[in-house]
Amino acid sequence: MSSRPRGAAEPAGERELLSSGDVARTIARMAHQVIEKTALGAGGSTPPVLLGIPTRGTPLALRLADKIAEFSGIRPPTGALDITLYRDDLRRRPPRALEHSQLPPTGIDDAVVILVDDVLFSGRTIRAALDALRDHGRPRAVQLAVLVDRGHRELPIRADYVGKNVPTSRAEGIEVLLSEVDGRDTVLLRAQPEGDRS
Amino acid sequence: MKHLLATDGLDPALATAVLDTAEELKRTLLGREVRKLPTLRGRTVITLFYENSTRTRVSFEIAGKWMSADVINVSASSSSVNKGESLRDTALTLAAAGADCVIIRHPASGAAQRLSGWLAEAGTAIVNAGDGTHEHPTQALLDAATLRERLGSLEGRRIAIVGDVLHSRVARSNIHLLSALGAEVVLVAPPTLLPAGVECLPVTVSHELDAELPAVDAVMMLRVQAERMTAGGPGQSFFPSSREYSISYGLNERRMKLLPEHAVVLHPGPMLRGMEIASAVADSPASAITEQVRNGVHVRMAVLYHLLASEGAEA
Repeated sequence: MSSRPRGAAEPAGERELLSSGDVARTIARMAHQVIEKTALGAGGSTPPVLLGIPTRGTPLALRLADKIAEFSGIRPPTGALDITLYRDDLRRRPPRALEHSQLPPTGIDDAVVILVDDVLFSGRTIRAALDALRDHGRPRAVQLAVLVDRGHRELPIRADYVGKNVPTSRAEGIEVLLSEVDGRDTVLLRAQPEGDRS
Repeated sequence: MKHLLATDGLDPALATAVLDTAEELKRTLLGREVRKLPTLRGRTVITLFYENSTRTRVSFEIAGKWMSADVINVSASSSSVNKGESLRDTALTLAAAGADCVIIRHPASGAAQRLSGWLAEAGTAIVNAGDGTHEHPTQALLDAATLRERLGSLEGRRIAIVGDVLHSRVARSNIHLLSALGAEVVLVAPPTLLPAGVECLPVTVSHELDAELPAVDAVMMLRVQAERMTAGGPGQSFFPSSREYSISYGLNERRMKLLPEHAVVLHPGPMLRGMEIASAVADSPASAITEQVRNGVHVRMAVLYHLLASEGAEA
C-alpha cells in the first residue's frame, strides 16, 4: 500500500463506487455487524481489539471504533499493525518505509482481534498480518473487516465484515480515499490497475 | 542502497530513511513476545573482523538474527587469515560460499571500499564496520539516532566532538553525517590530535573545552586510541601525560555543570573511565551511552533492511 495522496486528478475511465455519505453509512453498518457478531454489551463479553493495517486501515479502525462506541456505549481498544516486514514481496520491490505499529496497552492475548483494512484483494496483506499478529501475542480469535472486497483471492482468506463487494477485473484498480489521509472520503474504480495494490 | 561504506557523500534523505526505519523497528519490537522478524529469512550475513570488537560485532549479529538472517562470524585470528590468506581471497571465498552481505572491520583505511570492488561481480553488499582511521558509518548512524531521540531533531543543534579526532573513524563518520543532517559540529582537541586537512571539513575547531560546553546540545567524548599512536615509533607522544590530557580534555563532574540542562553526553565505547570521561559523568542521567548501544541494534537492523530486503532494486 502506498501512502501517497490518491485521487489528485480524475482521469477518464474512473467511476465513483461509494460517495462520502456511502462511506459513512457503510462504516456504520459494519459497526452494527461487529456489535452483533461479538455480542458486545452482553454480560461478560470483552470488547474486541480493532487493529488497522496502515495506511488506510488505521483511520478506518478508529472510525469503526467510534461508531461502535456510539451504538453500544463501549469503545473497543484500537491500534495499528504494520505488516511491511512480513510481506512476501519485499525482494521484488525497492525498500519501503515502515509505518507505525501501535498495539493497545492491554495487549492482544486472549482477545478477539478484528483486523481492519480498506481493500481485500489477493489476501496476501492479511496473510502477512496474521504472521505479524503471532509475534505480538495469542489472540482468542482473529476476524477481518474490509471496506471493499474486490475478489481475486490468491489465498484461502475471507472477510467477516465487508462494507461493499465489488466484482472487478484484474485490469481495474480500486482506490479508497479517506479524509484523514487523502483529504476526502470516496471509493473509486479505475480502468488502470494500480501498480502497488495487493 | 547497495553498500554502506562511508557517511561522507551519503544522501541525507537516505540517512533519514534509515533512521526512521530504526525508530519504527525499535517501537515495533518494544514489549513483543517474539523479538524476531521474518524479513531477511534466507539471507546470509557474514561479519569479518580483523580487529577486536565487542559491541559492534555483537550488535550486528543480534541485528541480523532479529531479522531472521543467518549470521556467521569470522574473526581474523581464527580463520585462514592466520595462514597468510589475503583479504581479497578471504572475501572471494566468503562470497563464493554464499554471503549476501559482508560486514567488515579492518585496520586499513579503505578496506571496505576495496572489498566492494572485488565483490562487485558477486553482488555482495558490503558494510563498513570500521576501517582504520577512515570511517565507521553505522556508529555515526546510531549516534544520530540517539541524538534524534533525546533532542528531537538535529537541525541547528550544536554538537562537540572531543578528544582524539586524529585516530577516530567515529569522529570522521559523525562529522559528515551530523553536518549533512543539519547539525553544527565543533571539534575540541589538542592540535596534535587533529587530522591534517581539518580546515576542509564542515566543522569549527576549538582547543578550549570549557569555553565550548555552555553552548552545545551534545558532547561526544572520544576514546584516546593508544593502540594507534605508534606512527612515529612507540615513543611518540601526542600529549605530555594521561593526567594532563584528562585535566585539559576529560569530561569531569565540574565540566558537566557547564553543560546546558538538556545536553546529552555520548561515548562510542569502549570508555576509559577517568581518562576522557569521569565515572560519575558516564553514569549520569545526561549520559546516553547505554542507549547508544541499544539503538545500535535497531540502526543496524535498519541498515540490513535497506541493503538486503529487496533484490536488485535501486533505491
